Amino acid sequence: MKILSFDGTFDGLLTLVYESFRLKVFPEMIVSSGDQGVTLFDAPVFIPAEAEKAERVWKRIKERTSREGAYRLYMVFLSEQPDAPELIYQYIRHMVASSHNIETDFAHPVVVDVLNIHRKVMREAHRIQMFTRFQQTAANSYYASFAPIYNVLPVSIAHFRDRFADQEWVVYDLKRNFGFHHLNGEIERISFETLPASVLTGNLDDRFLHPDEKQFRKLWKNYYHSICIENRKNPKLHRQLLPKRFWQYLPEKQVEKG
Amino acid sequence: MISEKVFGKLKILAESAKYDVSCASSGTSRPNMPGGIGSAAAWGICHSFAEDGRCISLLKIMMSNHCIYDCAYCINRRSNDLPRTTFTPEELTGLTIGFYRRNFIEGLFLSSGVIRNRDYTMEQMIRVVKDLRVIHRFNGYVHMKVIPGASSALILEAGQWADRLSVNMEIPSENNLKLLAPEKNFESILKPIHTITDHILQSKEERRKSNHAPRFSPAGQSTQLIIGATNDNDRTILDLAGKLYQKRNLKRVYYSGFIPVNAYDSRLPALASPPLQREHRLYQADWLLRFYGFNVDELVSEKEPDLDLSLDPKTVYALRNPWLYPVDINKADYATLLRVPGIGQKSARMIVAARCHSRLNSAHLKKIGVVMKRARYFITCHEIGPPMSVQDLKPETVRQLILHGPKATEGVQLRLEF
Repeated sequence: MKILSFDGTFDGLLTLVYESFRLKVFPEMIVSSGDQGVTLFDAPVFIPAEAEKAERVWKRIKERTSREGAYRLYMVFLSEQPDAPELIYQYIRHMVASSHNIETDFAHPVVVDVLNIHRKVMREAHRIQMFTRFQQTAANSYYASFAPIYNVLPVSIAHFRDRFADQEWVVYDLKRNFGFHHLNGEIERISFETLPASVLTGNLDDRFLHPDEKQFRKLWKNYYHSICIENRKNPKLHRQLLPKRFWQYLPEKQVEKG
Repeated sequence: MISEKVFGKLKILAESAKYDVSCASSGTSRPNMPGGIGSAAAWGICHSFAEDGRCISLLKIMMSNHCIYDCAYCINRRSNDLPRTTFTPEELTGLTIGFYRRNFIEGLFLSSGVIRNRDYTMEQMIRVVKDLRVIHRFNGYVHMKVIPGASSALILEAGQWADRLSVNMEIPSENNLKLLAPEKNFESILKPIHTITDHILQSKEERRKSNHAPRFSPAGQSTQLIIGATNDNDRTILDLAGKLYQKRNLKRVYYSGFIPVNAYDSRLPALASPPLQREHRLYQADWLLRFYGFNVDELVSEKEPDLDLSLDPKTVYALRNPWLYPVDINKADYATLLRVPGIGQKSARMIVAARCHSRLNSAHLKKIGVVMKRARYFITCHEIGPPMSVQDLKPETVRQLILHGPKATEGVQLRLEF
């Protein structure tokens, strides 16, 4: 069984595609080098990432499909699903083998699978735009953190940069332990050594908070409960639209201590 | 520092505003202006969901719940003994900006009871929105209610600051309005709707000539109808909605299942619970009118003026017109596909696109996202299998199959072995 492995980056995967075509080695399995438990089979061959080769593959992809089509593959990669690298590989092979743009070939299983994973990742990215809750700090900057199921922070940042252009802010992925810092249009990737907030709720330590912050959270919670129409309560729909995994980070759903 | 007073006001004025169902924040795309706060996303963003399942996108709030009117269906009617209060413009803008900066909301939905007189109320509301735009340079979304009977000059000004304007019709027919809100009349509600439509069209025309022409209510206008407070049937309601869409260019008509907030008023029906199912079917019919190329007469007729509560209006239409089916998935055009129960706009578009590559079968359709539970009786993809179209099985059988599933009607159903 032919197994190829890569370093877990998108560039690494594209390089793997490049080498596979160059050497005409078509793997039956693709693994990220961080994954365990694959040595049950033959030892995987590791393909180191090379920016130049990745760039060439990416260019070819963009020739063969629309801008959104190419971007879609990147979004599938961000899903971090175990079968995502293989799916992307299969998609590129199908793309290369066809004489026309395969993007709309929804009868092809690989195309539909890519589309469906892409849809899920997009939904999660949109939820980040919906459910991010900033807390104002004593230094007049804003902080938010949460744990998305897919690695969607990198694609959500542009929205926040546009919307909160005049604020200094940090959004942080608690699960992957990295985030972005924004000041005057400049975005920088950061990683905290000691988290200034609770991992459980994303709430900043009290000593960092702006004096008004707790009041605003209370006002919002107050508003949230006032706006609900009791005669129309619908817990099932509520949970469907506002999944429970977000509740811990939302001031309106947090249970007050004491 | 936020005063205790604001807490109390927010509670009272949010509870007064909650019966307005509109929450849309879509329809305007406004990039962030240098030095300004915020942006408006064309697709709209919900920021939370209340326990009743409704989206919270905007800070939906009343400027004041004082009101000179005494409409039977309204919680804020003059004769109700309620705590009454009014926000100052500073309190409202402070709340909006504070919530917006924390990403709690997309913007403001400002409504109000009528204080002193109609024009005075409008002026106060405009002041809030104008302050947001001019002083705070706020680029987020603003939806503003227009007070029926306010002067056109004020409506014109409101439309320059707000993204969307709306006048609530509430009661779908003139005689019922007279009964429940004798101080109002249809004319005074329809007039501002006409004024807004005219200004929107005019502004669109001017912006075609010059990009610098001012925008007027760029996200259009909407209205709300209360369902079940009167004896108006679905045909009356949909007919009115259809006309508002076609002739008045409305973006949305909202339907709000009647909640008996003033149970003591004998002019209103006593309902055990709000007619949520009826409201749901009306929304489905509304979608069919706006996006699926249906007209009102195809959905509700003189003979059957109400929508079927147990089945969606498209399925009902298909069962009433079985001779139009089955539709050949590999040949039918987009408009025809849209009329198949279980096929939405997205799957219809995908089917049309995918056919260029290969023939489609039912397994493909399922993966594309077609709801086969309903669609299977109304399509054919030339697969070998037992006859199961609505033509072979007869509409009544198909109705039972969709409602109760194939299990309940076993024997009729055969399995596909291919």
